[in-house]
Parts: sequence; structure tokens; C-alpha cells
Amino acid sequence: MRTVRRSLKDPRGESALFRRRALAGFGLIVLGLLALVGRYVQLQVMRHDEFALRSEANRLKPRAIPPGRGLIYDRNGVLLADNVPAFRLEVVPEQVPDMDAFLREIGSVVPLDQDDIDAFRKQLRQSRRFDSVPLKLRLTEDDIARFAINRWRFPGADVVPYLTRRYPYGPLFAHVIGYVGRIDADDQDKLDPVRYKGTSHIGRSGIERSYEDALHGTPGYELVEVNVDGRTQRVLERHPPAPGRNLYLSIDVRIQRAAEAAFEGRPGAAVAIDPRNGQVLAMVSVPSFDPNLFVNGISHADYTALTTAEDKPLYNRALRGVYPPGSTVKPFLALGGLELGVRRPQDTVLSTGEFCLPNQSRCYRDDKRGGDGTVNMVRAIQLSTNTYFYKLALDMGIDRLSGWMGRFSFGGRTGIDLDGESTGILPSREWKAAHYKQPWFPGETVLTGIGQAYWAVTPLQLAHATAVLAGHGMPYPPRLVMATQAGVDTPRQPLPNPPTGPSLIARPSDWDVINEGMQAVIYGGAGATGRGLGDGFPYRIAGKSGTAERYSRRTEAYDTNKNSAYLAARHRAWFIAYTPAEAPKIAVAVVLEAGAWGGKDAGPIARKILDAWLATQGDQAPKATPLPEQGAIPAPGDVTESPLPEDDLPAVPASGGEPAAAGSTP
Amino acid sequence: MIDTLVETLHVRLRRLLRRLLTRPRIDLPLAAGLFLLACAGLVTLYSAGDADLGLVGGQAARFAMGAALLLLVSRIPPAVLRSWTPWLYLGSTFLLVVVAVLGEGRGAYRWLDLGVMRFQPSELLKLTMPMMVAWYLHPRQLPPGWKDIAVVGLLIAVPAALIAKQPDLGTALLVAAAGGFALFLAGMAWWRIGLLLGAVAAVVPVAWHFLHQYQRDRVLTLLNPESDPLGNGWHIIQSQIAVGSGGVFGKGWQHSTQSRLEFLPEHTTDFIFAVFSEEFGLVGVCALLALYAFIIGRCLWIAMEARDTYSRLLAGAIGMSFFVYVFVNGGMVAGMLPVVGVPMPLVSYGGTSAVSLLTGFGVLMSIHAHRKMHD
Repeated sequence: MRTVRRSLKDPRGESALFRRRALAGFGLIVLGLLALVGRYVQLQVMRHDEFALRSEANRLKPRAIPPGRGLIYDRNGVLLADNVPAFRLEVVPEQVPDMDAFLREIGSVVPLDQDDIDAFRKQLRQSRRFDSVPLKLRLTEDDIARFAINRWRFPGADVVPYLTRRYPYGPLFAHVIGYVGRIDADDQDKLDPVRYKGTSHIGRSGIERSYEDALHGTPGYELVEVNVDGRTQRVLERHPPAPGRNLYLSIDVRIQRAAEAAFEGRPGAAVAIDPRNGQVLAMVSVPSFDPNLFVNGISHADYTALTTAEDKPLYNRALRGVYPPGSTVKPFLALGGLELGVRRPQDTVLSTGEFCLPNQSRCYRDDKRGGDGTVNMVRAIQLSTNTYFYKLALDMGIDRLSGWMGRFSFGGRTGIDLDGESTGILPSREWKAAHYKQPWFPGETVLTGIGQAYWAVTPLQLAHATAVLAGHGMPYPPRLVMATQAGVDTPRQPLPNPPTGPSLIARPSDWDVINEGMQAVIYGGAGATGRGLGDGFPYRIAGKSGTAERYSRRTEAYDTNKNSAYLAARHRAWFIAYTPAEAPKIAVAVVLEAGAWGGKDAGPIARKILDAWLATQGDQAPKATPLPEQGAIPAPGDVTESPLPEDDLPAVPASGGEPAAAGSTP
Repeated sequence: MIDTLVETLHVRLRRLLRRLLTRPRIDLPLAAGLFLLACAGLVTLYSAGDADLGLVGGQAARFAMGAALLLLVSRIPPAVLRSWTPWLYLGSTFLLVVVAVLGEGRGAYRWLDLGVMRFQPSELLKLTMPMMVAWYLHPRQLPPGWKDIAVVGLLIAVPAALIAKQPDLGTALLVAAAGGFALFLAGMAWWRIGLLLGAVAAVVPVAWHFLHQYQRDRVLTLLNPESDPLGNGWHIIQSQIAVGSGGVFGKGWQHSTQSRLEFLPEHTTDFIFAVFSEEFGLVGVCALLALYAFIIGRCLWIAMEARDTYSRLLAGAIGMSFFVYVFVNGGMVAGMLPVVGVPMPLVSYGGTSAVSLLTGFGVLMSIHAHRKMHD
């Protein structure tokens, strides 16, 4: 084949062909260059006078005017992020012959710390010699006064006014609004240079980051006249910038504050959502930090303190913290049982205190020694009867179970308007195959039924799921920003937030059953884990507690230590709730990282959030307090002290060895 | 003892010198042309960069590195280069894919970080592309038919599309042109060229929809520079003022007011030719363009002298793509073509392009050294 092809080739002919082509190519190139010369003749000879004149008169330069960043308000117009005038010291490197000596000298006039100098030197390397570089941000009045007197000693340095971001509520909104930070070299590669000309800050986290595009605005420019040294003489023409859009959060600062206070500094998170539209009413992660520290560059000392603090204040627990959900998944599972036709409300299960898989020696426990007896769905939710849900999970099977739970966004993103949401883990055959390269065991399905076995959710996911449940299954994605506004005097434009699909609930009667079960958790009397939480509240509350173990249990023995501090070190406490039960307007999820029991420790936090919400309802809220239906209810003060049911303990596989996940409960 | 050592050294040196002069591995006229060009570049850079010797020194160091690579590559016989070609092409295209994957969702992304240095894989294609086309056409019957044209088209299109997607339209254009020239030099029939160009012209309105907004803006700004006073429109206006005000004889070295007063952005890189035009006028422009023409002509001469098809096509394509740099950059500076990132070869400040250009000339030197001998 090869020889045939060779024989076809005609070296002499090819050489001649190439010679012709090379000459033709060169001819074309010369023509092209002549065309280019033609254009230069046109510019340099024919239009020379015109351009020479323009060059002489070329004293006008456009200078970008950065736009004001959009403000951020809460739902009632309380200012949460604002721009305040400040002054900074800037240096034009070109005009400073000896930078080291200059910094030493100016340091004796305006105190500079090492952070200022490091940041300045870094930016110095990245910018052009004629561009001014900020040396110190947020000068104090003293700094300005001292510099003014000594100004003559420092050619090239100047005090320049600018707008800086301020967060009046400090730590309260750090995990929601986030903060802005100085634009660095990495950002510059990615940003539109025209849009960000003259802008020094960009959203780094939270709303500031996810709404950067809306908040930023469009720069304007002014034509300035410069002299022969390139110095500005006067401004001739001004095209003002268009400021960024103002944002209105759906959060109510009063609920937010009450939520944060309710934690009393104990690490945890809470999210409250309006089930009617997905609007987030409160979102806190405790502890928090002061976002103002980050705006003009955080000092090394402050940053180290934040990153090394034991309870990680920078960690957004509401958005990124993942915890086993424990018993809080039971109402969702029960709803799945009804919707998928696996259970009818009246179907009963006998709880004996121990549940064994057929043909297996291992067994799983109920919370209570001896079990809860015969329970139907409502009672199983009220008493958090493990056996009922072990069996339900088995009957659904892991595939249907995780398929159903996935519709509540477990194991996925809720779609909130913030970056960096964790997906948590929704146990499934596929997930386990991908992560452990192992098949799924039926025992794991049993544990999945009580929110254990790999299962991990974020407080946001659970709040979202609770809101979807409370809202009769309408899947509204959680939203923090409810409206935007072009300027202070213009009307707010609401941001639409359509549900992501049709309702998850096909039969309204299914919802009624779950609603009844969750109300029984609060008002069900003896054995109800949320007992007393509805006292004195004008609306009916529906809720569910959850207590998940932080560590895997090694022994089969029931824990006899009832000391709260001891248990708090072992458990994570959850509480989910919504109200008014008949037509829910707020759904909350609370997690306390170190809480002994869901109902006793996380429950009161949820109640305080609902109280704060109630206070914001004004005249719409009924004054009268309806009496609870069942029995004598202790006064609210008694709640936290009321003894828990005996043996109200996490379930444990009766013969250990099953994966790391462990028991659950009330 | 020492005497003999000095003697042997002396003899060896003389032998080397004689060999270099009688049968030099490098083509002296081409080397002289490149040297002159590099000097012109440094002189202009000194002025455009506000007499910053550090800038000029850095660029000179890159030229030195480029020259070393040129000498190194000139020692590799074209036959060896040919045997490496498919691997070099595949390797560089693979790196483009790596960049595309790493750069997912990161805006303009062209660099590959090797820890010690960063480089743009697209720069490699400027050389491996014409090599590959020449390699493919080498054993085939020329002029090429539709089948071969289609294959070459594909060889060009894949990397060019990857580069255009980065997005780096300028480099994509240079790479595609280098491949296209090889095809042209292989003797692709004129009517076929006409047909293909016609088809391309017909596709332009469609391609418009696939351009990035900023790329469209660049073309639109060309038509109405006043519409974009902070961005490209400003470049175009100020660059034309620089060129036009230079006149026939120019304002003189270091007398460019446009760059000195910071009216002209990027005056050491993509727009350095505007400073050159302002300072040296039409006379300077003509002289520099003549120098470029000489270098391109010399490349084509070396190509004609080459021993085989591969060498001929490769040498010719490298020479002709040099023209694309000059034409696109010169046109852009004069407000005739849109603003794309194509440097004025060996004059614009910037390391990668200088080094890759000189490496390409190393290939030419090698081809020259292995030319067919006249009998």
C-alpha cells in the first residue's frame, strides 16, 4: 500500500507546485502589508493634522466612578448592611523613590501595623506604578489630622474618601448576609474589568456574594482634564454611576434576634421558614462572628482567634452543618407510608420493646423498655415509637424510602439563594455503593427508619422539609431575598419564588393524619416528647423532637446515667415545629449540638422563635389562649425540669456491629 | 602541558568556527533579520515602558532564552521532528483539554500552572499545528483532494475550537492560520480555496451567535469607538491618535505623549506598535514592515530549498503565519481590525510569545541546515 502511494507521488512536480504556491503566498503577503501601509498612510499623512491636533488637545481622560453598593434591609425595612463614608491613605508608587524609608517615616505619623504593610506590599506588586495603592483603610480622625500637618513630607501619599460597608447588627447576620472583602489579584482575573473599574470590594460570602451581581451596580465615569504631568486639573463631564439594587430580606430582625438569644451561646442552628412561600424568617448559626472585621482586611490576630476557637464561629451550621436527623424524620416517613399506600392511618403495630428481623439474630430497640404496646400512626408519631418506623421502613424498602425523602431535598440542595449549601447524606443503595462499594443491608433500612444509618441533614434541609410538610406539600425553595429595589424612593419589586413542582401530597387526608400526630407530640399528655411546649400559645403547634447520638454505642446496656451534662455531651437535640396547626404560617427546625434531649432542650428554643414570630403578627394574633385538650399541663417553667419518661433511651441494635450510626429517639 | 591544552582548545575553536562559517547550521540572513527585529523591539520597549530598564532587561533575558531554544531546536533534524510530530500534536491538544476541564466555570482560563512556571498550552499549538498538517500531507499525493482537505480541516478545527472557547480568539486565529497555510502551500486548488472561503463567509452570521458577548462588543466597538469610553473604544481612539499624530517622520524616540501620559493602555504589550508609530512615523512603520517582509520572504526561500514535503510545508507555514501576527496587530493598532490579543511579534513585551516564536525559527534553521544540496 505504502509503496503504491509513494509511486503516486511526483517529487519534482510537487517541488514546482510548492515553488509556485510560495511565490503566490509571498505576493499575497506583500499585498496585505501594502494594505496595512495604506492604512498608516491614511492615518499618518492624510489625517495627520487632525490627529496631531487631537494629540495636542488630549488632556481629557475618563475616570471611572465606582457605583454605590446596594443596601440590605430586613422585611420591615430595618437596615442590615449599609455604606458609610470613611477615609483611606493611598500611595502612588511612582512618586516614591525609596519605599522602605517612606513606610518607616509615614509609620511614625500614621500608625501602621504589619498587616497593613503586608497587604500594601502585596498589592504593590500587582498594580501598575502610576496607580495609587491603599496603604491604610478606615483612618481615624487623629490619623487624618496628623497626616494633614505632615503632608508636605510625603509626596505621592494622599487621604482619599471612600464608602465602606458596615453591618450594624454585627454577628447577628454574619451567616446570612456574609461580608464584602477587598478585591485581590485572583478576583481580577475573573471580573469584568470595565464593570469593576474603581471598585475595591466584592461580596465574599452569604447574600453579599450570591447577590453580587445585583448589589454591585454599573460604574459611571467622569472626563477629567490632566496637565502635562498627568495630574488631574478639573472635572469636565460627569456620567453618574447607577448604584446597585437594594435587597429586602424576608428575615424579620426581631425573630432573628430572639432565635439567637434562645441559644444562650450554646452551639447550634435554627432556621424558620414561611411554608406559604418559602421565605426564610430567621436563620441563625451560633456562635457567630463580627463581619465588620473582614471588610477592610482582618488582622492576623483576629483571624487566628476566629479560626482556632473551639466552637468554630466561622462555620455556618445552618447551611453547612450536617447532623443525623434522628426521630425528626418520622413524620416524613409516616407521610410517605400513607402516600405510597404502604400504611393506612388505622394500621397498628405492636411495640414490645424489641424488633427483630426475620431470620436474623440481631434486634433493634424501642426507646422504652417493654415498648409502647399497640400503636397506630398518630400515636407512633406522638410517642416516637421506633418499632412502628422500623417496620414501616422495611415495608417501604430503601429504594422507595430514599426516593420519597429525596423529594424533600434530603441528600440534595434546597435551592436557597446562598452559595455553599451542604447536601448532607440521604442513605440509599446507590449512595452506599458509591461510598463504601458495599451492598445495602436490610438492617440499615431499619435504622434509616429512625433517622440513623449514615443519614445526615443540615438544619436548613430539615427546616425546608418541615416547611414543605406544613405547607401541605408545596415545594417552595427557601428564599432569603424577597424583593429588590432600584433606589430608595422607588417601589420594591418582589422576587417571584414559584414552587419547584406540584404538591408532594396527593391526598389531603394524609396530611391531616400527620398534622394530628405532630400536634399530639405537644398536647398528647404522658409520653408526648414535646409536652408543655404549647402552653400559653394562642395557636396550636405541631412538632417533633429528635435526639441523635453523637457517638456509636459500644455496649448493649441501657444508659443509666441521667445527668443532663453527661447526656448533652453524647446527644444532639433536634426540634421541628410549625404553627398554626390548622393553617401553618411558620415552620422551624432547631438543632442544639450538645443537648440532652430534643424535646427538653431544643424544644424551648423553637418555642421562643415561635413566640417572637407571634409578637410580629400584631393585631392578627388572637389574644385568648385556648386550653390544651388533654389533662393537666404543667406551667411552662416546669417543662424543662419535668422528668422524662423512664427508659426514654436511644435505640440500639441489640447485637452490635452494625455501622457507625447508632441509636435514636424521642 | 598548559601550552598543549591551550593549543588543542585553540584548534578546536578554529575548527568549530570554520565549520560554522562554511556550513552554518543557522541561516545568517534570517538570524540577522531576527536580531535586528529584537533590537528594534527592545529600543521601543525602553521608550514605551517609561525607561524602565528592568522591563527591557527581562525582555532581553527572554530573547536570550528564545535564542538558546532556537539553537537547540536547530540541531534536531527535520526527519526526527517529523517522527515526533503526531505525539507532539496529541500531547499539546491533550493539554488544551486539561486546561478546558480545569477552567470549567472560571471565566477566561488559559494557563497551566506547573509550579515552577505557568504556560499556555495554546502557545505550543502555534508550532505543533503546522507540524501536524505537514506530517499528514507529507506521504500523500499532492495537491490534496477533498478527503485530505477534510481530514486537515478536522486537525485544525479541534484545537482551534478549544482555544477559541478559552476564550482566546487571537491565538485560535493564529493556530488555524498556521494549519491553513500548510494546506495552501500543499497546492490546494484555487477553486477549492474559493469555495471554502465562500462557505466560511456564509457561516459568519451563524458564528456570530456563538461568540462571547465581549467578543461581539469588540467588533461592534470598532464600528463605533465612542460608545465604550472606558473599555475598547478608548483603546481604539487613543491608539489612532497615537499613530496619526506621529506623521511621516514621527515625534522622535521617547517622545510619545500618548503613552507617557497614560492615554494609551497596554502600551508595552498589544499596543506597543502604536508607540512605535507615534515615535518613528510612517518612515519607521515602512522600515519595520519591510523587515518583517524580509523575514517572511527568507522563510519561504528556505522552504523552497527544503529537502522534502514535510520540511517545505512546515517552513512555509511558519513563515506565513508570522505575517498574520503583523497584519492583525498592525490592523488593530490602526483601528482597522477588532481588538484581539495578538502581539506584534518580537516587539510586544511578553515572554511566552517571544520564546515560542523563536523556537519556531529554530525549526526553520534546522530545515535550512538539512536542505537539499545543489549539484
